Amino acid sequence: MSDPVPLTTDHPGQVASATPPAPGRSRRLSDRGLAVAFISPALLLLLAMSVFPLLWALYLSFTDYSATRGGPAHFVWFENYTAILTSAQVHLRALTTLIYVVGAVALQTVLGFAIAYLISRRTHGRGLLTTLFLVPMMLSQVVVGLFWKFMLDAQFGVINSMLGSLGLGQVEWLTRQRTALISLIVVDTWQWTPFIMLIALAGLTAVPKYLYEAASIDRASEWFRFRTITLPLVWPLLLIAVLFRAIEAFRLFDLVYILTSGGPGVSTETLSFHVYKVAFLGFNTGTASAYGILMVLVVIVLTQLYLRYLNKLKED
Amino acid sequence: MGVSVDEAVSTGPVRDHTPPARRFGGRGRSVLEIALLTVLAVVMLFPVLWMIETSIKENRDVYAIPAKFFDFTVTLDHFKDVFVASGGRSALSVSFLNSVVVAGVSTVLATVLGVPAAWAYSRFAVKAKKDQLFFILSTRFMPPVVVVIPIFLMYRQFGLIDTKLGLILIYTAFNVPFTIWMMKGFVDEVPAEYEDAAMLDGYTRLQAFWRFTLPLLLPGIAATAVFALIFSWNEFVFAIFLTSSDDVRTAPPAIAGLIGGTTVDWGLVAAASVVFALPVLVFAYLVRKHLVAGVTLGAVRR
Repeated sequence: MSDPVPLTTDHPGQVASATPPAPGRSRRLSDRGLAVAFISPALLLLLAMSVFPLLWALYLSFTDYSATRGGPAHFVWFENYTAILTSAQVHLRALTTLIYVVGAVALQTVLGFAIAYLISRRTHGRGLLTTLFLVPMMLSQVVVGLFWKFMLDAQFGVINSMLGSLGLGQVEWLTRQRTALISLIVVDTWQWTPFIMLIALAGLTAVPKYLYEAASIDRASEWFRFRTITLPLVWPLLLIAVLFRAIEAFRLFDLVYILTSGGPGVSTETLSFHVYKVAFLGFNTGTASAYGILMVLVVIVLTQLYLRYLNKLKED
Repeated sequence: MGVSVDEAVSTGPVRDHTPPARRFGGRGRSVLEIALLTVLAVVMLFPVLWMIETSIKENRDVYAIPAKFFDFTVTLDHFKDVFVASGGRSALSVSFLNSVVVAGVSTVLATVLGVPAAWAYSRFAVKAKKDQLFFILSTRFMPPVVVVIPIFLMYRQFGLIDTKLGLILIYTAFNVPFTIWMMKGFVDEVPAEYEDAAMLDGYTRLQAFWRFTLPLLLPGIAATAVFALIFSWNEFVFAIFLTSSDDVRTAPPAIAGLIGGTTVDWGLVAAASVVFALPVLVFAYLVRKHLVAGVTLGAVRR
């Protein structure tokens, strides 16, 4: 039988041979056609809205095209790429992004896991506690950003007000170079600690009880049990959560835009925010595309890592 | 099986039968842990409570120094301002309507495209299935700021800039990967034998899917759609770059636009945020069983 559609093959677990085929057409062929008909619309949409734009960006990244100037684009080959990779500005943004990603994800992981561990030890009120802790994660970054901006306001923000009534000094959270980045990390941690908590809790509740029972018969210490039973069993899942967060944190844009707009100076400009400035404020579309493609490469590497661990988890 | 919040509740304590820790008294330690959890819960919830409180405060109490926690005058003026402007509907309320339309339509489209694809991926031996699925998921991880540059140029070409259709298309595209991954998990849980049995009875594969599998998938489809709805509802980057006029703008950029001026009406911002966030929290509560799968884009389910 010829194979007109290369996308699919027949179902391996078919029991079709037990029944006589429907008259006129074989079920095999209709399965194949069905798979194509069901999958291709979704794939086509992704090709049009995700792959094609990226390819276009790839093309633009080799040109000096500008969205406002118009006119034909000239090929400049790797000029945009060398300009970006050697730019001190970009290096600074990469460092800011790295500090932010590592700081925020590390804090979230430690806090999230701690909360999950504490919750998993409770007998009563676990559902209520979990639900309450999860609220920040479901909010839009816009709402979160706006609200923290208000709370961190130097004049009438509630944080400074509380510090004041404790007799502590006022802090200009969002308008000082160092505290601005810290504020950003704190806000992101506030929002996404629940994410790590939720996944860690899923891991913790899946640890079989008999392992702990066996350990307690052996009179193993608490720390020993944690290190040899809890952590190894939860770690694979936690790692996936951490990688997921790292990818999301690397892409971060909304929170910076709302909370600090990259300022003061450029102290909170992440790579995403810088791309936006190059593309939409500087209108260097070609350069911005090259910048974006480089970011996409980083995301692809991170995503591959994520998918690899995910695959491993699924196979176990 | 998805590990759910409910399940986390119903399973008994992890260490029912272990002897109390030797160094601390068991009770003292328990009290310490509860205290710690309470403090953490208060810290996590305070910003949300403060937002709600600000939304019902009178303006002079909003800006009071030191901040007023309890003795403030309650008013619903800010909520009124969210919906009504002088002589008609406010720009904010229009943006909320736009959000409903854009999020709703894109969710329906993503469901219509994603559910059949998920079923096909689950049931048929598609070539390089794993690669295809991973490719699909990785499109969801692309940085929106990067994707929006070529999308912007593309939309400018097709006249889709500043239209709801443009937003709907891009939101559908970023919800389809999620829908496929999430739904594939649900389809995998429905035994393929049901369809095989139906086909023995003379139904075609399509009829078997439509009449026997799809009804079983409905709860999963509902949960998946709710997540897609939340993602579209909360989306900001595409919305702010691809739309500009009040007639088209969705709620997130409209709310963010409230802080553009020299003075900020924080009471209004708070009220708008509460109105915007409330449906999300209600919906999230409805799908709490599937949160783990939902927030990991359907990737983690155990």
